[in-house]
Formats: sequence, structure tokens, C-alpha cells
Amino acid sequence: MSPAIQLIAINKSFGAVHANRHVNLSVERGTIHGIVGENGAGKSTLMSILYGFYEADSGEIQVNGQPIAIRSPNDAIQAGIGMVHQHFMLVEPLSVVENVMLGAEGGAMLRVGEAMVRAELARLAKDYGLEIDVDATVGDLSVGLQQRVEILKALYRGADILILDEPTAVLTPPEADALFGLLRSLKEQGKTVILITHKLREIMAITDRVSVMRRGEMVATLETANTSPPELAELMVGRRVLLRVEKAEKIPGAPLLEVDNLSVIDARGVLRVANASFTVRAGEIVGIAGVAGNGQSELLEAIAGMRHPALGSIRLEGQTIHSSEHNPHRMRQLGLLHVPEDRLRMGLVPAFPAFESAILGFSDEPHLGRGPILDHDRLIADLAKKMEQYDVRPPAPRLKSSKFSGGNQQKIVLAREIERNPRVLLVGQPTRGVDIGAIEFIHRRLISLRDAGVAILLVSVELDEIMNLSDRILTMCGGRITGERRASETNEQDLGLLMAGVTDEAA
Amino acid sequence: MSAPLDLPKWADTVLVPAISVVAAFLVAGLVVLAIGENPLTATRYLLQGSLGTGEGLGFTLFYMTDFIFVGLAVAVAYHAGLFNIGGEGQATLAGLGIALVLNNLTFLPGFLLIPLGILGAAAFGAAWAAVPGYLQAKRGSHIVITTIMFNWLASVLIVYLLVNVLREPQSMNPETRAFPDQSHIPFMHDVLAAFGVEIPASQLNLTLVLALAASYFVWLLIYRSRLGYAIRVVGSNPTAAVYAGISPARIIVIAMVLSGALAGGLAVNELMGYQHRLLLEFTSGYGFVGIAVALMGRAHPVGIILASLLFGILYQGGAELAFEQPAITRDMVVVIGGIIILFAGALDGLFRRFVAHLFTRQKLARA
Repeated sequence: MSPAIQLIAINKSFGAVHANRHVNLSVERGTIHGIVGENGAGKSTLMSILYGFYEADSGEIQVNGQPIAIRSPNDAIQAGIGMVHQHFMLVEPLSVVENVMLGAEGGAMLRVGEAMVRAELARLAKDYGLEIDVDATVGDLSVGLQQRVEILKALYRGADILILDEPTAVLTPPEADALFGLLRSLKEQGKTVILITHKLREIMAITDRVSVMRRGEMVATLETANTSPPELAELMVGRRVLLRVEKAEKIPGAPLLEVDNLSVIDARGVLRVANASFTVRAGEIVGIAGVAGNGQSELLEAIAGMRHPALGSIRLEGQTIHSSEHNPHRMRQLGLLHVPEDRLRMGLVPAFPAFESAILGFSDEPHLGRGPILDHDRLIADLAKKMEQYDVRPPAPRLKSSKFSGGNQQKIVLAREIERNPRVLLVGQPTRGVDIGAIEFIHRRLISLRDAGVAILLVSVELDEIMNLSDRILTMCGGRITGERRASETNEQDLGLLMAGVTDEAA
Repeated sequence: MSAPLDLPKWADTVLVPAISVVAAFLVAGLVVLAIGENPLTATRYLLQGSLGTGEGLGFTLFYMTDFIFVGLAVAVAYHAGLFNIGGEGQATLAGLGIALVLNNLTFLPGFLLIPLGILGAAAFGAAWAAVPGYLQAKRGSHIVITTIMFNWLASVLIVYLLVNVLREPQSMNPETRAFPDQSHIPFMHDVLAAFGVEIPASQLNLTLVLALAASYFVWLLIYRSRLGYAIRVVGSNPTAAVYAGISPARIIVIAMVLSGALAGGLAVNELMGYQHRLLLEFTSGYGFVGIAVALMGRAHPVGIILASLLFGILYQGGAELAFEQPAITRDMVVVIGGIIILFAGALDGLFRRFVAHLFTRQKLARA
């Protein structure tokens, strides 16, 4: 039997960047095939070629043994390929039925098409356990259910081969488990699934085979049963990496950051953080676990002074911060520094050269210039030194910030904040979009800061990261802190329940 | 994700604009051809009239002075992410500021009166820009809408004042009495004559030097100062500004104040340097030309000086052309200017992509 997908010698360049170099891939029918690789390894480009967003410069695509040309997503859909994007392509104010119909209305009038969609959705619900309220407004659905709508859209269009791009990035662990259950039942019905992810745990849990990409090349395709996470990590990075950073037990010191009954209401009047109270001590990493969008971002921004809390207060080293001085500028002066969650929107200015991004938030420090004028030579020399210490590549302070990879951008931001000797450090998503090699480096830095007595508040949607780094873990759901655990005394299932809002009292 | 448009700096700042200008002239040539005139002759008149004679060059540089100020005004606001199209109104009010200072402080000597007049222009221009800036910063009223409205307000305000308040009682013209002699900014031909250099007389005056100084100041401000840094952060990434503790509202007001003050330079050149009285419509739509100048100069002072020179040539040469070839009217010259704006501003990306494509192909061929 010929494979469902066969890619032969695919090449694709963007300008001088060779994103895919002579890539071969063979995906057997009725299997779940994982594709792993660091950011920029070429996974997304390869899948975009398969789905018709890009055309390969050279190479051949075969579907079920037949060579075909895929010039647009329509061609891909015709060939039975469906894709579920990381960022959903849904129209939120429309209902599930309307979203599934979109682009496949079947005529000028909607009635006939709608009846067809309803019948087909009922069949899919029966066959695959894909149950959903078809008249619900998509915007009201949970993220997990929105993803289900995306899968339904692909299946309705007759997809035999389903590509999922980082599908679990936005899901709680129970939602991810539900997704995996669904993927298994799709496989049992003979569908083929391609899963792009950077979470090795998921690869091990669900795939039959796994292909590893590195720097645009396909470096290996392995039977999942015959490999291990360390082996995959080594293939991805090209050298041995530690997946878990060692850290010694440490008794935390005095409380440096105390958050008391903090509530945040956003510009639309929605309560984002409700009565959060906690303490972070010197030499302690407190992790906040939660699914993205449950108030962690707003909590960090409120502590940093970027948002005015509706209620509550914070204390730094025992001193209550008055609302008049609770602004980012003053908080920096008081030793509370902030590595923001969103590098490109907050952490740096993509259009600026790196040395200008490297003073964001500190541009009025007297030693950076003379009077009102900044000393560019000095900024460049400063950053050159930091780039060496933090192994930023390329070590080019004049290069535009947007030209660095995610990991190197993050190192520039970290260097800026850490080298100013914080007392308290807020860290949001420190390794989002960062290569495995750089993750190890960043984790080590954070641990050594903690060992030096800094109080660190860590927000991450990567549960592994939270469990690895934190001394104590708080969980957030719907803006509330739903639980607190010592990192040594909890596990994923326990945290997953808390993140889903099942609190200790309720349990 | 499109192919990266990476160009060497010289290609980005010189080659691409040059291609735009050449393309614009080719298309304008077709227009000239279509009305039955010879484009080559027209080009010759245009260049001859603007650069070929000392007098013509003087007028070209006089217009260039106007365009540098309004171009800088648009550029400073642009760096803060604002589209200030209120240069006309701000320059008009700056003219009022000049008239009030010069005609009320007639007893002062020139070395005091001239700087005070310039400050008056800057202050009134700044104040007229500050209001839309404040409304944008605090109330979210879109700056494009409010600055347009403020252009109209300025033009009716100045008509009212010149007709009813500031006009000399015995005069029929809606204009103020002449400014005192000591307040006139010296003409370039007079200044150079003092050093024994004879050049033909024109409207060109020392304000050109002020315009070049302002260009240097704007470069220093935007690219080297802490304030300029904050302005650029707000303009290119407002969320990052909030993160950095920079108040976007404050920066928006400051940028608009600076922008309005720079627009006031147009009034300094026209009124203190040449007309020596406040009169109606002295801004002649140059405030809008500033948008094209800033776009074409990529909001960089050097680019703005070059673009101002080009538009100076176009205005002066165009006037000569309309005189020499009656079939090509003043309106035709406006059309040609419009074509240049279209190519340099709106279609800029077209040639950029094309040039970038050539460069990457060349790079790959070498690799």
C-alpha cells in the first residue's frame, strides 16, 4: 500500500534563507505521525507547502501514490488534506454550523447547505465521538471546543489526512487528553494524522512514528516505540541537552513581594484577576500554572504597574506601594524588574536595532548618555559585552531586533533585566518560542538568580517548565488562584485539576 | 510570511526613491505627450527655470525652505505614530503669532525682535497642534480628523481676524500693516552682497539656514536623544512603551507640539523673510506638500532635505514651464507633482519589492 503522503526532495527558500533543504517525508496511511524540531527548523514551512500556502521551489508531493500539484489550500482540500492551525481560523460571532459551512455553502441560498452540514455533523458526532452543540456561538465555546470546530471543518471538507500545528498549546491537560483520545479514534477509522509539536511528551504518548527536522533538513524518522525524549532532543538540537535543570533545595528568606487581595478589571469591564493574595520570598521561585488567558498576564502587568488594580495592593520588601507610584518606571527603580510574556509586543521593539531594544525601560538612566543625548557607542559596547555573556547569536548589537531568533531575542531581554540586579523578577513565558538549547541556558540563569537570593515570580503555560523551576506552584483559573502546592509534592494530574478550576475545597 | 525585503541602506534610501522619481517623470512625460507637447522640451524648461539661472535657483531654494519645515513637522509626528496633516492650520496660526509679536513690539531692535518673532511662530503653531494632540492622547479622537478640522478652523479664524480685527482701517486688503523694518529676516542676496558676493535678487532669505539647522536638530532629537527614543518607541510599539514606563499620552502631546512648532517655520520663511505682513492664504497648500515630502524622505531629515529640493525644483520650474509653454498650465504642473507623490509615496513598495528581488537573486547567484 502506498503511503498517504510522500514528499520527495522538497526545497524552499525565502530570500537567502533555505527553509527546507531536500526534505523527504513518508507518512503511512492510518498512522499518527509526529514532526518535531526547534523553531525555525522548517516544520511549518513544510506543512505550509503541503497545504498549499507556499509552493516548493523544487520537489514532488504524492498523495496516496499519485503525484499532484498543490498550489492553494483548495488543491490540498481536494486532495483530502485538512489543517488545524495553531491560531484558529474561526468567525467568533457565527454559530458552529455557520463556521463549518463557511466557504462550502453549496449555493447562493444557505438552506440546502445548512441541512447538509447538520446531517454531516450528526454523522461525525456518531462516528468519532465529536459531539458539539451545533447552534452554539463559536465565541462562547471553550478553546478546546473551538479546536473541535476546526477539526470538524476539516472533516466536513472530506479530509483523510489531518495536519495539526501545535494543537495543545492552548489546552488544559484534560483537554489535551480529550484531543488525543479523538486523534486515536480518527486513526482507528483509517484517517492519517500529522502532528507538529515541540512537546516531546506528546510525541511519546500518541504518535506511531516521528520525524525530526533541524535547520531545514529532515534528520531522522524513527519508530516512536524505539526512541526516547533525550534522543529526540539531541537530534533536534544537534548536541546533548539537559531536559531538566538541577537545582538544590534552598530555604527561602524574607518575603520580598507580597500581593494582597489584588483584583484587576480590564478596559472592557471584565474581571480578570479576582482577589489574588500570595507572597514570594528571597531565593524562591513561585510558579503560576494555568491555561493561557486565565488572568496570569493581567496579574503580571498589574504587579509591574502597567495596569491599575481595581482593588488590593502590593508590598515590596515590606513597603506598601502607593497607587501614585505604582507605575513601571517607579517599580524598576525599586528593584522590581519584568521579563514580559510577549517579547515582540512588549519586551523589545522589533524595528529597533538590538542595542536600542536593550535599553527599553531604562532609556533615562543617567549613565547611558550625556544629558538628553544617548551615547550610542556606549550602548553598543554594553550590549556587545552582554551578548558575549549570554551567548547571543549573532553577536551583532546593530542588527535589527526582529532579525534575531526567538531564543536570542529572549536572551537580549533577560540580559537587560537580569544585569540590573533585580530584587524581584517577574518572568512571563520565558521560553515561549525558544529553542531547546536556549531553554536550558535560560533555566540555568533563572535558577542561579534564585540561588543569589532574588524573588522570582514565574508565569508559564508550559507545565513542565513550572514544575521544573518552581519551589512553590500556584494555579490560576478564571482569574482566581485555585490552589497552592509545593513543587516536590504535586504532579501533573493534581495541577491539571486545579488549573481546570477544581479547587481544594470543592474536591 | 513574505520574502524578507532586505536592502543595503544605500539602495533603500537612494536607489528606490530615485527609481520612483524617474518612473514618475516618465509617466508625467506621457501626460505631456498626450496634450501635444514635447516632454523633452518641457523637462528642459523645468530644469532651466529652477536650476539654470541664479534667480531661478534662489526661488527653488526659497520653496525648499518651506518644504523642509513642513516635511520635518510631518516626520516628527510620524515617528510618534501620528499622521499630522494639520501643517496648513498650524502654519497659519504661526503667522498670526508672528504678526502679534512683530507689530506689538515695534520698539525692540532687530536682534531681539527676529528671535521673538520666530518664537511666536513656534509657540502659536505648537499650541494649534497641541489641541488635536491632547484630544488624541486623552480622548482617542483621531488625529487625522481633528487636524483636518483644525485646518478649516484656522482658515476661517484668520479671515475673521484679518477682515475685522487686524486690518489697517484705511486699507481695503485683508492684511496687517507691514512688519517693522528691523524685523525682516535678511535676503540672501543682501547678506552675500555684504561679503562682496553678488547673486541675483530673489525671495531666498536666511530662513534657509534656520531650516537646515532645524533638520540637524530633528535628526539629533529623533535618533540620538532620550526623548526621541521615547517618541520612536511609542510610534512603533505602543504596548512596549507602556511596558517601558513611557506614557504614550504624554509623548503624543509632546510630538504634536514639536510638529506644530516646526510647521511654524513655513510662516517664518513666507512672512518674516518675504511678505513682511500677515495676509490670507500665505501657506498656499504647502502644509500638504509636507506630507509628500516626509513620505518621500522616509521621515529622515536628510531625505526630507533632498525631497524638499525636488519639490522646490518642481514648483519653481513648473511656474517657468507654465509661462513658457502655455499649453502646460499651472494645473498640469500640479498633476505632475501629484504623479510624483503617487510614485514616491503610494507606490514606493512596488519598486522596493522589485529591487529587493534583484538583490536576493544576485546574492544567491554569488552564493
